[in-house]
Amino acid sequence: MAPVDIAIVGWSQSSLVSAAPVSEPHLCLQTVTAAIAHSGVGLREIGFTCSGSCDYLSGGPFVFVANLEAAGAWPPISESHVEMDGAWALYEAWVRLQEGDIDTALVFGSGKSSPSDRAQLYPQQMDPYYLAPLGADPDSLAAIQARALIDSGKATERDFAEVVQRSLRNAKSNPNVVQSGDFDIDALLAAGYVNSPLRPHDLPPVTDGAAAVVLATADRARQLTDRPVWIRGIDHRIEPHYPGVRDLTSSPSAALAARKAGIGDGAVDIAEISAVYSPQEIILREALGLGDSVAVNPSGGALAANPVMATGLIRIIEAARRVADGSARRVLAHAAGGQCLQQNLVCIMEAE
Amino acid sequence: MSSEPCAIIGIGQTKHSKARVDVSEAGLVREAALRALEDAQLTFKDIDAVVVGKAPDAFEGVMQPELFLADALGASGKPLLRVHTAGSVGGSTVIVGSHLVEAGIHERVLVVAYEKQSDGNAQWGLGGGRGGSIGAGGAFAPFIRAYMERSHAPEYIGWMVAVKDRLNALKNPYAHLRIEDISLEKVKESPMLWDPLHFLESCPSSDGACAMVLTNAAGARSVPNPAWILASAVRSEMGQFPGRDAVRPRAGVECAHDVYERAGITNPRQQIDVAEIYVPFSWYEPMWLEGHDIAELGEGWKMTDRGDTEITGSFPVNPSGGVLSSNPIGASGMLRMAEAALQVRGAAGEHQVDGARVSLGQAYGGNAQYFAMAVMGASLDAVSG
Repeated sequence: MAPVDIAIVGWSQSSLVSAAPVSEPHLCLQTVTAAIAHSGVGLREIGFTCSGSCDYLSGGPFVFVANLEAAGAWPPISESHVEMDGAWALYEAWVRLQEGDIDTALVFGSGKSSPSDRAQLYPQQMDPYYLAPLGADPDSLAAIQARALIDSGKATERDFAEVVQRSLRNAKSNPNVVQSGDFDIDALLAAGYVNSPLRPHDLPPVTDGAAAVVLATADRARQLTDRPVWIRGIDHRIEPHYPGVRDLTSSPSAALAARKAGIGDGAVDIAEISAVYSPQEIILREALGLGDSVAVNPSGGALAANPVMATGLIRIIEAARRVADGSARRVLAHAAGGQCLQQNLVCIMEAE
Repeated sequence: MSSEPCAIIGIGQTKHSKARVDVSEAGLVREAALRALEDAQLTFKDIDAVVVGKAPDAFEGVMQPELFLADALGASGKPLLRVHTAGSVGGSTVIVGSHLVEAGIHERVLVVAYEKQSDGNAQWGLGGGRGGSIGAGGAFAPFIRAYMERSHAPEYIGWMVAVKDRLNALKNPYAHLRIEDISLEKVKESPMLWDPLHFLESCPSSDGACAMVLTNAAGARSVPNPAWILASAVRSEMGQFPGRDAVRPRAGVECAHDVYERAGITNPRQQIDVAEIYVPFSWYEPMWLEGHDIAELGEGWKMTDRGDTEITGSFPVNPSGGVLSSNPIGASGMLRMAEAALQVRGAAGEHQVDGARVSLGQAYGGNAQYFAMAVMGASLDAVSG
């Protein structure tokens, strides 16, 4: 049986800042409260809640348990949690809504990157026997991926800088980013390397933040809003962990997820993609089949603000809100997990 | 919209022990996954999606380990979800997987849960990584003492559960603890860890994994004895606030009522043939019998006292030996679901409950605030009026 259409009927983002002065549950509470208000659904009416976060970002076990307070888990709620970006929490909620016994779901994703040093933290995410002992950090792995891309002839360092220039220019119209502005390509290229061939501007900013989305089944969505944003397809795929066994210049898992989500059914107007390092946008454009007519990351994307565990869910929100305001008809949102785009999710949304 | 029935057609678990030094994390999950696939007469190629569950990553010191386990679980090119709902996660993982089948998204889903606690220090992890951790026993002991006060249960009830589950474990080749000479006296004389909990009333710290293959009605035709997930439910509540009843948490009561209603159960005590319940400390057997309205308030311990919960009793609880005999935390909830499924498949071996047609699997976690429950049946109409 084909999946039924589920709509996005409400959303919210917290302030995305380099170091939030409040706790993660506090960020979640503000954001969930605002998304619920936006949707018009009462918090007590929510049929299922799913959140995405990562213990390690906060350096302790069971960190997500405190986020339950944001979900208003009293009286008790039907609830689950993924140790993944909130985009995957949205996927789980979308699956749950397919069964038809409930008509609304609340999703949120949150993370505070500011307390940790990513060069120390993320090697713990790599295979503990062969990669973690090497201190395989994300900036180094992204640089290996960027180098492979250059060596393949698919891109140059100038191409990376152009991605950055456009992303940060787009971010100027988005009040909720950590960085934005007009940058000269040659000036960007004059900067020294962080990890060759990556320069500081090719890396995402450290960001704290949260995002929340309310989903509804078709009948409920039409009661709630005149402009539901329909999820026409959503799929996610993973590929091998070891960078050495992958072609890092392509993303077959993103391509497959896009195909399963129905990318072939029609052109998209805009795409919000989780390219946290600038070369990844070039890889994802090819994998997702995004031509020059597609506006990529009009929000500024992850290079403007990268609240880990909410970045992907925010891509869904940024794409959805452009459908809701009528500026786009069919849109694609993408989320990523792991290093070098190991895991990818694609969500395709449309207006009525 | 409609919902497909979901069946369990393959079940695998590792030999659980204090330290599985013979395998890596990948080797551990693969051992369980391959056994589940073999049981289902399938290979990794037949699987459409993988759902991985485990408790805090701090237990092993690997952040989001499912990313590196993707290769060992044959997940490349497939969807892989990672669930984390504290101690209930093994149960939640099965339920997330069952929804993928019920919603018609996938035909065959591999669910896997594990913990390799010897890679780290679970006591440290359970305490939030902070010094002076009181551990899970320290957290639950006051709830247990409160239950004893409320129900007027004699102290030996906890010892009885500890003995029963360890005797059951002797019939389970996968169980971690094998205490041949277990006795009430031995439990009573074991060191007091967290009053009123003695050492032998507590679960061990184990390495282990569990895996299951879930499928739809068409897929279930491939095996002679599928277990059907007749209903599932999850509930969560905040862990600490004034007035919260931590002895009989409302989330546990409501989760039970939800799963019974979905399964068509009106009298759980009569209609459920066997239960696998998360009992990490002996007293949680009577506490959950009351907390899930299987026994009347104050009557749960009397079921234990009468021997009702023994394998040959009228309401067997944890014939596998339960969490008291094997506790790889992330896997423990899935082991409850797997053992409940084995019972209705008639495949539980020496610890089989005669004639089991309807079983209950339950897991809880956090500060007794997360619940995952499922009712399994030998057939889709196994629940009788």
